[in-house]
Amino acid sequence: MSLLAVQGLRTVFAAGRRETAAVDDISFSVAEREVLAVVGESGSGKSVTALSIMGLLPQPGARVAAGSVHFDGQDLLALDERAMRRIRGKGIGMVFQEPMTALHPLFSIGNQLVETIRAHERLSVRAGRERAVAMLRKVGIAAPERRFDDYPHQLSGGMRQRVMIAIALACHPKLLIADEPTTALDVTIQSQILDLLLSLRDELGMALIIVTHNMGVVAEIADRALVMYAGRIVEEAAVEDLFDRPAHPYTRGLLASMPTLDNERRRLQAIPGLPPDPASLPPGCRFAPRCSWQVAACAGAGPALVPASSAAGHTAACLRLGEIAAS
Amino acid sequence: MSPLLQVEGLTKHFRLHRDSFLRRGPAPLLRAVDEVSFTVAAGETLGLVGESGCGKSTVGRMLVRLIEPTAGRIEFLGSDLARLSPAALRRRRRDIQIIFQDPFGALNPRMTVAEIVMEPLLIHGARPDEATRARVAALLEHVGLAAHHAGRYPHQFSGGQRQRICIARALALDPKFIVCDEAVSALDISIQAQIVNLLQDLQDEFGLAYLFIAHDLSVVKHISHRVAVMYLGKLVEIADKKSLYATPRHPYTQALLAAVPITNPRDRGRKAVLIGEIPSALDPPTGCRFHTRCPHVMPVCREIEPLLEETAPGHRVACHLE
Repeated sequence: MSLLAVQGLRTVFAAGRRETAAVDDISFSVAEREVLAVVGESGSGKSVTALSIMGLLPQPGARVAAGSVHFDGQDLLALDERAMRRIRGKGIGMVFQEPMTALHPLFSIGNQLVETIRAHERLSVRAGRERAVAMLRKVGIAAPERRFDDYPHQLSGGMRQRVMIAIALACHPKLLIADEPTTALDVTIQSQILDLLLSLRDELGMALIIVTHNMGVVAEIADRALVMYAGRIVEEAAVEDLFDRPAHPYTRGLLASMPTLDNERRRLQAIPGLPPDPASLPPGCRFAPRCSWQVAACAGAGPALVPASSAAGHTAACLRLGEIAAS
Repeated sequence: MSPLLQVEGLTKHFRLHRDSFLRRGPAPLLRAVDEVSFTVAAGETLGLVGESGCGKSTVGRMLVRLIEPTAGRIEFLGSDLARLSPAALRRRRRDIQIIFQDPFGALNPRMTVAEIVMEPLLIHGARPDEATRARVAALLEHVGLAAHHAGRYPHQFSGGQRQRICIARALALDPKFIVCDEAVSALDISIQAQIVNLLQDLQDEFGLAYLFIAHDLSVVKHISHRVAVMYLGKLVEIADKKSLYATPRHPYTQALLAAVPITNPRDRGRKAVLIGEIPSALDPPTGCRFHTRCPHVMPVCREIEPLLEETAPGHRVACHLE
């Protein structure tokens, strides 16, 4: 059984008198100890998906309009705020892109860690401190006893992200959601943090959802990936299948537009045009206006996710998968 | 052939405020850029890479004197930009322009696109007549914007389109050299490819030279002819692109290349992760500034600063291993 199962999730934002869907009817699941990447560009709905699961949508303005989110046997959308608070931290931890804005500038990092631990577990201050120091050591912070009393501004970006991870994992959640955890970091620090996340996954046995726009990050740590475009999932696959035989024209475009270290100077294959405005989405397939495989039928009913290759669990939402695969 | 731009010993030290008024002695000195030298030929792209805080953006800003150099020369078209008077510098800026990372922060939200692109022309003596307007329309078309965009405001555009507006403005005066400071870093990957292609097309068409400052080594490799690597204010390696990526000599360059995200999951687990963090530029390590993180550190590295020396034609490295 899967640890997390999202069914038909639709999250809408108020835009004047109307509502626009940032996430539109998506379903997926995460197994225990699995690393799932949710990939997409700005506006694809990948972060909104994460916030919907956590019950952290901006209020007022956004709400889950349809769907269900089952975690560990509970329907999270049916829980009240008090019950949801117990899930956050203890059941599901979350790490954000900007560690500086996610940490409180006026409290020491140790204080923030102990606060999290004691919010979920009945522990003395001293025992909380011991746990916090152990956690800081676990995320690779040298001399954690000394760092305990440091304030966020005294730490580098990479160190802050380690602290965020320590806070998110302090109560041993079964699932960690990391929203662009390495985007603000330098490449040498980025690979340190990705390595850390993987080793913590192995050590603590949690599942991991990593939300990213970076295909390199996906290649680096994910077991399986969802590709999102304009609020919908356009492709889902085990990560080797996604890179070896991307099926959806958008996924293929994304991979082709990445400059790599291996190829010689030539024109990059950019995807023409821009992602659609969520307030005026094209009918049918939302990628069709930018797609070189577009035909008249693409503007009909939106394509459903169908098997995209012989590989298990590889699906894509495109009418012309057969022809594209044969090309 | 003499280079278009020749930078010699470029240095910037920021004098910071004391962190407490009780503290005696001189205020702390931040060595952002220390004695950096390089050249750029006409029509060439020099990539400048390094991690945050290495001083690469400070170098770019000094070239256009948005930051005043502490020392050094910036020879460009026969004059030393570092010593030009404000009036002479303004005239020279026709030929050297800059594009920033955040296109929204670089555009006045209360000006239309046409006004934004026209402004440099007016500053340099054009009149707001039909010919100037036609020039603006031509510039917009060149960067892939439509004529009907001219009357709109920056907030009506996406990030990639805003960067196109910035590029049109930079091109308005027919410059010979453009500093691109993380110009594509904030853009989504599919849009980033569009802008990279645009920059290359414009280079081919107008013979532009670029200093392409970025932290993404894949993009830099794609767009550059030569690449320079900075670490903590120092240039540690500079070479022809092929040579730098195929045979990086400096341990820092090797570590940076190893940290580039893989592009296929089958390549997992092959890389050596660089340990430790970048030291503070307020108190850089003695000797070679990389010695605190270097896997090949030797006693001499802690004491003597290595000089940038040529190890192969066009390939210069600052390392005691050489």
